[in-house]
Amino acid sequence: MARMKFLCDAERCIECNGCVTACKNENEVPWGVNRRRVVTLNDGVVGAEKSISVACMHCSDAPCMAVCPVDCFYRTDDGVVLHDKDLCIGCGYCFYACPFGAPQFPQAGAFGLRGKMDKCTFCAGGPEPDRSEAEFQKYGRNRLSEGKLPACAEMCSTKALLGGDGDVIADIYRERVLRRGRGADLWGWSSAYGVKPGAQPPVRQPAPAGAKS
Amino acid sequence: MRALLLVAAVLALGACGEKEQVVVYKQGKYQGKPDNRSWDNAPLAAEFRGGQWKQGDRDSWEDSIKQRQLSQNEYKRIYR
Repeated sequence: MARMKFLCDAERCIECNGCVTACKNENEVPWGVNRRRVVTLNDGVVGAEKSISVACMHCSDAPCMAVCPVDCFYRTDDGVVLHDKDLCIGCGYCFYACPFGAPQFPQAGAFGLRGKMDKCTFCAGGPEPDRSEAEFQKYGRNRLSEGKLPACAEMCSTKALLGGDGDVIADIYRERVLRRGRGADLWGWSSAYGVKPGAQPPVRQPAPAGAKS
Repeated sequence: MRALLLVAAVLALGACGEKEQVVVYKQGKYQGKPDNRSWDNAPLAAEFRGGQWKQGDRDSWEDSIKQRQLSQNEYKRIYR
């Protein structure tokens, strides 16, 4: 039985925001709502900057489901956490409960209007007929019903973001970690230059005449 | 003296009946509309590059989506 999850490889993510763009385009998400976003730590610090792409993690024991006063959340057979927008009252409890800040609320109206909650659906639509116009309008594209994976993961240029059954993507990640090594090999020095870093002495340019070393 | 002992015992055992003060969040029961399952849909035509499975057959859908997941592993996809 599949348990759909996301896994973001911080060593590969280059903060291109391709996943964010893919999600917004595929699901036609309105302005002000970001189902997915890229978070960067140590921004600008050489060697310490890391980025990860974050969205709903489709928790196995989802706190949003636990706190929802109208019980509009459900989990599909393949482990995707979805909700019924016809039932949602936009109270925001799920936003406070979620450790990832996944629930989003459209604020298109005046006076701080908070609309019905919107979040990543793992490109699995919602409780409307699959691939219907109603489903697309409320929840976005249903790619799982087409035998495809979420657009963000399939679009990721460096394959930092993996999506799919937790066991399968964990195996992919494990193999990747074992093969890529560590240090400068993490970002492909050997495959790019054919030598291990440190195998040759660094070539220094001669200092210009009169310059202090 | 006996009455005093009884009162002391009642007071001492009183704490045993204390109720749990921590809030226990319980999962609710979904109140919304039912949803379709992915494998109950017919696969797309080949030009749309979706998965191929037998309609209504969960196992074949899972096999199809697993092949798609494995294509994320470029060590297998490119360097096989």
